[in-house]
Amino acid sequence: MSATPATASHPRAPTEVSPVVVVRDATVAFDGPPVLKDIGFSVAPAETRILLGPAGVGKSVLLKLINGLVRPAEGSVWLFGEEITSMPEERLFPLRARTGMVFQEGALFDSLTVRDNVAYQLLQDASIADEEIDNRVHEALSFVGLEETFALFPASLSGGMRRRVAIARALINRPELLLYDSPTGGLDPVTSTTIMDLVMKERDVHGTPSIMVTHRLQDAFMLCTHCFDAKRGEAVALPKGETVANTTFLMLEDGRLIFDGSLHELLHSENAFVREFLE
Amino acid sequence: MAINAIDDTAKEIVLTVQEYSLFAWRALMNLFRPPIYWTDFLLQSDIVGVGSVAIVLLSGFFTGGVLALQSAATLAAFGATAVTGQFVSLTMIRELGPVLTGVMVSGRNASSMASELGSMVVTEQIDAMRALGVDPMRKLVTPRIYSSIVMLLLLTIVADACGILGGAAVTVLLNHQNGTQYFHMAYERLRYPDVVQGMVKPLFFGFILSSIGCFYGMRTTGGTQGVGRSTISAVVSASVLIIFVDFLITHVLLTVFPS
Repeated sequence: MSATPATASHPRAPTEVSPVVVVRDATVAFDGPPVLKDIGFSVAPAETRILLGPAGVGKSVLLKLINGLVRPAEGSVWLFGEEITSMPEERLFPLRARTGMVFQEGALFDSLTVRDNVAYQLLQDASIADEEIDNRVHEALSFVGLEETFALFPASLSGGMRRRVAIARALINRPELLLYDSPTGGLDPVTSTTIMDLVMKERDVHGTPSIMVTHRLQDAFMLCTHCFDAKRGEAVALPKGETVANTTFLMLEDGRLIFDGSLHELLHSENAFVREFLE
Repeated sequence: MAINAIDDTAKEIVLTVQEYSLFAWRALMNLFRPPIYWTDFLLQSDIVGVGSVAIVLLSGFFTGGVLALQSAATLAAFGATAVTGQFVSLTMIRELGPVLTGVMVSGRNASSMASELGSMVVTEQIDAMRALGVDPMRKLVTPRIYSSIVMLLLLTIVADACGILGGAAVTVLLNHQNGTQYFHMAYERLRYPDVVQGMVKPLFFGFILSSIGCFYGMRTTGGTQGVGRSTISAVVSASVLIIFVDFLITHVLLTVFPS
């Protein structure tokens, strides 16, 4: 890991308050050898961590570890200040409801309409009126630019549209943490840019802390070198040499965390795997 | 080594039984703690109950008819054709109604539950549900189990009635016997323990078919092939278990209510 500080930064450093996520020496194993080994990192409020690594190194498992969908064999995981390592499933549901997760393939409920998918969390609360639910769904869908899909079923949407609906579903309950699992994987460049704009918009407009898994360097670098201009309604490039200070990198190799630092540190890392990955 | 293979298989079976027991216990206990998804109970009752009426109705009717046909020759040899009604009603109510309904509904719904939940597992929809703060056990499994128990009881009553009607149709139209006598014997010889036996069994069978279907569905691994495997395992296990439990219940109830 490089110790060199970033040359220039966009002025929005993470605040020195208790982290939203803390993972300490976590090891995850299923039936075979460990998938993740001695993982340790944290996510501060308003911080975005980009999790890099080739396919099959355990990126998605690490994301699931953070909201308790997967339990560590060793080590500990803290979410919103509470240790969830061995927390009973019933106590985890309220904590998970405070996070938003976008799955690799969207994981939309195929028997429900887009409206019911996006409103899924709200529909579980009988005290929320249908009219309010509809309004919030329209708001969430307009955020991802898909208002016209309100009454459609996921099967009639394209891959990119499904990811955007999944983002709307993750955002509707104003999450305090967002977990994106390869939101642009397998998509064309134009759709990928649209989705990256949405990730950036959520980061810069609402300041929601997040972890984004990706193996696409161009997406990772774009998130670090661009910010969302709310007035213009689009992502704009920062001046050359500047990066968004609250967006940093993690890299996994064979289940181990081999890098934790800024874009500058990543680009100047001496680690052979990091260099090979970047090249 | 053969011993090691037997050892591993035995451990796997014990582990599966343990997992199934915990799974079923959790699903049953969820009814007594909120949140309870009543809408899903109604939806599943419609799918399991109303959706199975046609197959139960037809299989019940023809089974009753076959019973009347098969028994006619034997009973005639003893000059006892008058008891055809008693034979059909007792066999349907005590045994064939519950078992046949259980197996038929298991073929339709245990497979559907296993494949539906299995597909949701492999496409990460179950994980998405958990990530959204909703317990899949409460939302998907508990409503399926309780609605299956209630619906199987009602479907068994339908199957019993249709079986008796099927027997009557054969007795009157093919065997040219007296219909009034058939129904009189069918009703007159029926005792309270017979009805109890016929009504207790579907409660267990409904629980078995739904809990097995959901259990195999929720532990699906291995993509679409895995969904296929889960579906087959669910139907086979549920059908065999229904017949095995039928034997146990019959044995217990015959001890409690000796004929």
